[in-house]
Amino acid sequence: MAAPKKAAASTTQDKLQDKPQDKPHDKTNGGSPPEFTKEQELKAFRDMLLIRRFEEKAGQLYGMGAIGGFCHLYIGQEAVVVGMQMALKPGDQVITGYRDHGHMLATGMDANGVMAELTGRRGGYSKGKGGSMHMFSKEKHFYGGHGIVGAQVSLGTGLAFANNYRGNDNVSVTYFGDGAANQGQVYESFNMAELWKLPVIYVIENNRYAMGTAVSRASAQQDFSRRGVSFNIPGLQVDGMDVRAVKAAGDEAVAWCRSGKGPMILEMQTYRYRGHSMSDPAKYRTREEVEKVRHDQDPIEQVRNRLLAAKVTEADLKAIDAEVRDIVNASADFAQHDPEPDAAELWTDIYR
Amino acid sequence: MPIQVLMPALSPTMEKGNLSKWLKKEGEAIKSGDVIAEIETDKATMEVEATDEGTLGKILIPEGTADVAVNTPIATILSDGESAADLAKAPAPARQEKAVESAPPATAKAEAPAPKAAAAPKAAPAPQAAAEPDPEVPAGTEMVTQTIREALRDAMAEEMRRDADVFVMGEEVAEYQGAYKVTQGLLQEFGPKRVIDTPITEHGFAGVGVGAAMTGLKPIVEFMTFNFAMQAIDQIINSAAKTLYMSGGQMGCSIVFRGPNGAAARVAAQHSQDYSSWYSNIPGLKVVAPFSAADYKGLLKAAIRDPNPVIFLENEVLYGHTGEVPKLDDFIIPIGKARIARAGSHVSIISWSNGMTYALKAAEELAKEGIEAEVIDLRTLRPMDTETFINSVKKTGRAVTVEEGWAQSGVGAEIAARIMENAFDYLDAPVARVSGKDVPMPYAANLEKLALPSVAEVVEAAKAVCYR
Repeated sequence: MAAPKKAAASTTQDKLQDKPQDKPHDKTNGGSPPEFTKEQELKAFRDMLLIRRFEEKAGQLYGMGAIGGFCHLYIGQEAVVVGMQMALKPGDQVITGYRDHGHMLATGMDANGVMAELTGRRGGYSKGKGGSMHMFSKEKHFYGGHGIVGAQVSLGTGLAFANNYRGNDNVSVTYFGDGAANQGQVYESFNMAELWKLPVIYVIENNRYAMGTAVSRASAQQDFSRRGVSFNIPGLQVDGMDVRAVKAAGDEAVAWCRSGKGPMILEMQTYRYRGHSMSDPAKYRTREEVEKVRHDQDPIEQVRNRLLAAKVTEADLKAIDAEVRDIVNASADFAQHDPEPDAAELWTDIYR
Repeated sequence: MPIQVLMPALSPTMEKGNLSKWLKKEGEAIKSGDVIAEIETDKATMEVEATDEGTLGKILIPEGTADVAVNTPIATILSDGESAADLAKAPAPARQEKAVESAPPATAKAEAPAPKAAAAPKAAPAPQAAAEPDPEVPAGTEMVTQTIREALRDAMAEEMRRDADVFVMGEEVAEYQGAYKVTQGLLQEFGPKRVIDTPITEHGFAGVGVGAAMTGLKPIVEFMTFNFAMQAIDQIINSAAKTLYMSGGQMGCSIVFRGPNGAAARVAAQHSQDYSSWYSNIPGLKVVAPFSAADYKGLLKAAIRDPNPVIFLENEVLYGHTGEVPKLDDFIIPIGKARIARAGSHVSIISWSNGMTYALKAAEELAKEGIEAEVIDLRTLRPMDTETFINSVKKTGRAVTVEEGWAQSGVGAEIAARIMENAFDYLDAPVARVSGKDVPMPYAANLEKLALPSVAEVVEAAKAVCYR
């Protein structure tokens, strides 16, 4: 299992000190994160690659006109959901905004169901009635898929409220972006979560741009790990491109929440390679900036390089890629051949 | 001349209260600011402060007296140099007809009140018209007299006893016992885990409630008034109402959003809006707006059990009104069924919530002129019981809608459209709408009265459609 966590350990120590007005927010970026076992590396590689390939295929299908409306791709940010998911147990809930395909695949939702929802078919998770931004899975404890920026933060706090009410030890993992972090209800939720000691991890996926607005042009406080300071919520700044760092921070936050200490904020410093949505004009950043991140920090390449260094062969990795491509191709095939919902579905699921 | 101390009002809608305790005795010296008595209503208690110096001359209303009308003289204060012999000079405690819009501030006034006009229509108790028996109440059922406030409290308490997943959250619902005392006693019975005071963050706690409901809990979210729910309307509509559909039926939420809606009294534009038409526009929501105490109880219980999001619109003016509530172990009024509150054959008057006050009084006035109005209480706005009012209009051939909200895109407009679509050939006159005037609610008492519908307007509209 994971090696001892140096940075994480000192952080916990700090938090245990009874300084209610001055809980720490550490930067875990400093030291290198605890190593993964080979099995963990392989799992992370495979799960991130599935998201990457799935999103590439979704982009293709969008270009072909098979997917309509809005489509927000997660390419570049894969380490965040995959690392966090590795820190969770069954029963923990996940909720996010509209850039949600990766979160669904990470929770184990079926690629066919997700892709068929993107194409608006009856085999989609929402029978074709929700689309890219609105999918749910009770079985996998995935609570959406929400199209209104920031709304999922109050909802995710409500999931944690329910855990508290029922007295179980589940944790709500509530994802939102650097853009949503400026919405008012986020802070209303922070206040209640800390006041009532709710088990919720606020994962702020800072991909540097809210649509086309750079963080520096929208946020007075650009250190998102400090966004909970006035509510006394501890926060960590995490290298969201390194799946090991994500998992280590996830472990720490999960332990904090499960032990009844209330919420924690994790700022994941990540990057989105593609546009905000498919119709992004790409005028707000340079091609060089994107290329540099891809080249220096790509979350999947990092794992690939470590695996190769650990004597896993190219052939082994190619086999994983082939397996992932099969899943994705099958999902695309299903999503294009599955029938559209029956016309009668227009009138169902309004009330129950 | 001795000064009269009058029964004060605690709130704009208070009509009477109990004089629970005298803290000064006759003959005792009083300074301005001294607390001389305590009064209480079912909503709150308050201290009566003297605003004049002197001696407490005579206590006119003994402690323990219940239902003392606002503005009734309760004591006299003698100024320096006056004696008990001067008491006779005080104005006789004539019966005070109290108009709700002239309530004095919540400290005892010393000067004698100006003569008051007859009570405002909405301040009077709801008339008990000849209603058709409710099919939900078996014949011979014992009835208890309750305020609407108590009926709501009992409905919540019964459902909370029945189902551990039901809880109440909102501003001041627990320790304060409810801003309008609707949640009185719930904290004591169910504890702080199930009766939860929230910070003043409507948007946030509405979202927390919806999130909890998505996991299967059954929250009752109280808005101190629905005016404040505008802060939360994104969570109500985008999250609560649409999730079942957007998830293909996988995930919905059973949640009740409740609180006072519409005009109270003298609280001006930001606190006096009727949201009936707003919420009734939304597929995925159910919208309930009852009038009688029994319906408040039976429909709130139904709303709590309903697996869908329900908007439960209450009315602050009605909270203190009493009515007969069936004494049944499990009294439920199904959502979506209107009730014929008064049978008649000449004109159908269709209303809900406090609009029923005008409708029923107008029906009495009309009866004196030989027009028998059939008054229909919609009770639920979505799903709307079209059949009941269409059947009535087919019988009468004439219809008047009454609502406190604005006419444009209002519920009355929807009712008129449905009548046109379903009973056009039966109409002997165009449908008439009585509504709140197309202005923000003014504060001044006379303007406020003008902005709201009136009994006279309903009578006039009914006569017009009857060509009388």
